[in-house]
Amino acid sequence: MRRCGYVSLRLLGLVLLICLVSGVIRVNGDVAPTHQESHLKPSEPKSNVSQSEHGHGSGITGIPIVNFKWHHVETPYLVALWILVAFLSKLVIEANHHVTNYIPESALLICFGFILGGIVWGADKVQTFSLNPTVFFYFLLPPIILDTGYAMPNKLFFSNLGAILVHAVIGTCWNAASLGLSLWGCHMAGAMGELDVGLLQYLLFGSLIAAVDPVAVIAVFEQVHVNEVLFNVFDAFVKLGGSQINAWEIIKGIISFFVVAFGGSLVGFVFGLLISLLTRCTKNIQIIEPGFVFVLGYLAYLTAEMLSLSAILSIVFCGICCQKYINSNMDEKSVHTVRYVMKVLANGSETIIFVFLGISAIDKTIWVWNTGFILLTLFFIFVYRFIGVFFLTWILNKYRLVPIEFIDQVIMSYGGLRGAVAYGLAVLLDGTKIKEKNLMICTTLIVVYFTVIIQGITMKPLVTWLKVKRAAVGELTLIEKVQNKVFDHLLVAIEDISGQIGHNYMRDKWNNFEEQWMSRLLMKPSARKKQDYVFNVFHQLNLKDAMSYVAEGERRGSLEFIRNETAFIDFKKKFGDEYSEVMPDIMADMSDDYDPMSAMRRDPVPSVSLGMHEQTMNGMRETEGVNSHHLLQQHLYKGRKQHRHRYSRSHFDVNKDENEVQEIFQRTMRSRLESFKSAKMGVAPPKTITKYPKKDQGQKMPNGKSMDKSKSYHSGDEDFEFSEGDSASGYDASGTGIENPAFMPELDPMSQVQIPPWLAEAELDSGTVAPSQRAQLRLPWTPSNLRRLAPLRISTRSTDSFVLADAHGAQQRDDELLPPPPTPPPPPHKDDGNM
Amino acid sequence: MGASQARTEHKYQDLADKTGLKKKRALTSICFMIMDFLLPHCSRENLDSIPALANNPIRKQIVEAFFDKRNQHQDEVGSFEEIGFEQFLMVMSHFRPPTLKTTEEEKEAMRKEKLRFLFNMHDTDNDGTITLAEYRKVVEELLSKSGAIGQEAAKAIADAAMLEVASTNVPHMAPDDFYEGITFEHFEQILKGLEMESRMHIRFLDVDTTTMHCGKSFS
Repeated sequence: MRRCGYVSLRLLGLVLLICLVSGVIRVNGDVAPTHQESHLKPSEPKSNVSQSEHGHGSGITGIPIVNFKWHHVETPYLVALWILVAFLSKLVIEANHHVTNYIPESALLICFGFILGGIVWGADKVQTFSLNPTVFFYFLLPPIILDTGYAMPNKLFFSNLGAILVHAVIGTCWNAASLGLSLWGCHMAGAMGELDVGLLQYLLFGSLIAAVDPVAVIAVFEQVHVNEVLFNVFDAFVKLGGSQINAWEIIKGIISFFVVAFGGSLVGFVFGLLISLLTRCTKNIQIIEPGFVFVLGYLAYLTAEMLSLSAILSIVFCGICCQKYINSNMDEKSVHTVRYVMKVLANGSETIIFVFLGISAIDKTIWVWNTGFILLTLFFIFVYRFIGVFFLTWILNKYRLVPIEFIDQVIMSYGGLRGAVAYGLAVLLDGTKIKEKNLMICTTLIVVYFTVIIQGITMKPLVTWLKVKRAAVGELTLIEKVQNKVFDHLLVAIEDISGQIGHNYMRDKWNNFEEQWMSRLLMKPSARKKQDYVFNVFHQLNLKDAMSYVAEGERRGSLEFIRNETAFIDFKKKFGDEYSEVMPDIMADMSDDYDPMSAMRRDPVPSVSLGMHEQTMNGMRETEGVNSHHLLQQHLYKGRKQHRHRYSRSHFDVNKDENEVQEIFQRTMRSRLESFKSAKMGVAPPKTITKYPKKDQGQKMPNGKSMDKSKSYHSGDEDFEFSEGDSASGYDASGTGIENPAFMPELDPMSQVQIPPWLAEAELDSGTVAPSQRAQLRLPWTPSNLRRLAPLRISTRSTDSFVLADAHGAQQRDDELLPPPPTPPPPPHKDDGNM
Repeated sequence: MGASQARTEHKYQDLADKTGLKKKRALTSICFMIMDFLLPHCSRENLDSIPALANNPIRKQIVEAFFDKRNQHQDEVGSFEEIGFEQFLMVMSHFRPPTLKTTEEEKEAMRKEKLRFLFNMHDTDNDGTITLAEYRKVVEELLSKSGAIGQEAAKAIADAAMLEVASTNVPHMAPDDFYEGITFEHFEQILKGLEMESRMHIRFLDVDTTTMHCGKSFS
């Protein structure tokens, strides 16, 4: 018992130490050094046994109040603790930005691992925690690779596929072969003293250390990862033993190389399709929908491993294949979940890997120093990488449209970081066949440290010094996307006209094929609609606008207007379930607790759902929630049934009482009508404010439109409203006009306050009063300038504003000449009051 | 006789220079001469009837671009009724990729040329600005193939894009100002971040055979 206490104490000490960074090693000082430290990994039964003996030994008499049962929880506890330690170290490292500016995080993590390893070793005199290949290959690596595949920019990847394959396959083979042969040559020449290593072993070593690590280098070019394949082949050779290898075996080896690589890819492809198919019909279990992606991805990995194909390639291709389909098949929330969890897992395992790479170093048993071997390895790796990259790019440049420039080549060569995969493979080596296993591990570690730390640190200065073109941080601009699309079609057309079959032609054909068959098969019909790229961008920009609008409004002190509207709109929506198909739920996510239901119940119409920005929204929504609950209780229908938060594991369920909804709807419509009338009486608001409802209107418009389209009672109502307005009814406050007067009188006597300060000040600075900055920039353009927020208008109003815009010249001026539209009541007053 | 031959040769050498297909100039010019001689002139219908183009949503604009005099590297406006080999080649020359030897200035010029080409594609009435109506038309056609998006959405997208241009280029507009349309300068400005290198190049199989391939579509 006591010992267990020490263990946990020590681990707590580690955590503490991380927090303080100044080494508080005292905690460890009093730990009995002879104790066998329990293993991190579940696969070591030894310590478990000894501990359980120990635990049972302390005979229990009577009923203990508190039982200290360390051995029951030992393994998971340690795992969790280590993960915590790794994360905390990342936290500490990331907290010091001035350090990470110069030294890459991975290097720091490794150094941190050194320290931790030193502590553990100091306590135990034996290194018991180390990166275990099983854990590495089965648990830590898959998420990283899956994330890579899932986030792979498909278009880039496939248009550079040739180069990637050449670099990955030929480059890796070249590196492996040249390194193995050179080392063998040096060995023959006697540069390394006595070593029991044969040519084959050298080649094996070369193959494991040859390729660049996907964990260490995140570059598109290196992500097709072949050295694992190569390793398998050479491993098989070594297992056969040097003598039996003849030409036939070598040919078989080459064949198996391709089988392993392409088989792996194929398995991944199949699983990718499977995921896509599955997500097609997960509408009813949206809560666990994201889980499929991970589980099937992992299964792809394991299946490939089982068939002794390349598991890494398998999971990469799985990610690549399914990304498009699952992104459009699943609910936006699920997509977000997938992305987020993927990142959490990948980043987490990466951190753990680096920390453990550091920890693994502090172990006397693996350090077998052989200066010649190690230095030569380092040297050859470096040199051959350069040679390989330059040679291959030289060949590639002959055929590439846009040649890879010299600087890029330097960076590509220099960026050849080795990482945990090499180490994992090295540890996997069969000690009985390869006598110098430890030397190889040790060399691998040194190579890893050297590349990650030294090259990693120098990389950044080098990049700045060489002035490498860095990827510009892409701001999402619609016009660029539109232009890109134009490019694509243009290029295809030119190739068509000139009658050659080029990349663009192929891509176009593939796209057509995909659209025709794959999408049909793998995508939900509703999802297919929102496929279009430009439209997606448009959608996202809309969301961004809405977000910044909200943020700006909030920054300036009030969101009441939005809140009211959204509540209102949402009721309307529920009331008119029949338009749910056409009705884009722009506000769905903004209204506090009505949205999950509506968003979950049907497929959100692609155009305007704020799901994309769910994360950001959430914070807002909480604060909003309180307010609008209050608001609703005060002013809306007081149902017999109160809103109840029901807990359900499988649904975000909320109260949906038809009566209530209807009542609310009618009430609001009434108040709208009143507002309209009262406005007509001539409460002429200050001119600036008229712009303000305009923005609102923009946001609301989609709903307005669908309402108009339907022939229901209220749509007539609305039309009536607009027909009475004058030509400037573009300004008409379908948004603000609605509930203002309803709330205004009752809410606050203060509501007659003048224009709120932020409105007034805005008036000064640009002559407009747009609540959001973005809007502020835009507003001055035309009265119809909020089109972006009103993507699908078909109502009379909208057409007239389109006409307005179309005949921009004269009518525009006319518009300006018109007296301030009488309709909009002074919304800010209300806002001011509500807040 | 001799003089006229020299003149023709000169003409084709000029053409080779202008289109940037300079490799083995003498040879190219001979090639051009043969092509020019062999190929009939072609009209819009000829291009329109290329079956592979049938699926292209902006086919009209692209075809139009071939007949646009502005794309001929000369300061003319208007459009041809039919184009010959020379004009065709001129249009094609917009798509030549840079080589390793291309200098920065040349690259910049090429980029500008390409942008100009694009701009001309949008600016249908030759007045130097892309008006909202013009832009809308392109966007609508661009999106017309992806069925789900209606006209309204296309309009909205075009408007939003326009708005973007307006707000980028004229950040401080008086409320009653009106943004007439995208001028070329604005166009250049807004697409500054766009990477053109890999976008507006066609890999012609080989510079010389380019002409051969160009020819095919006519014959």
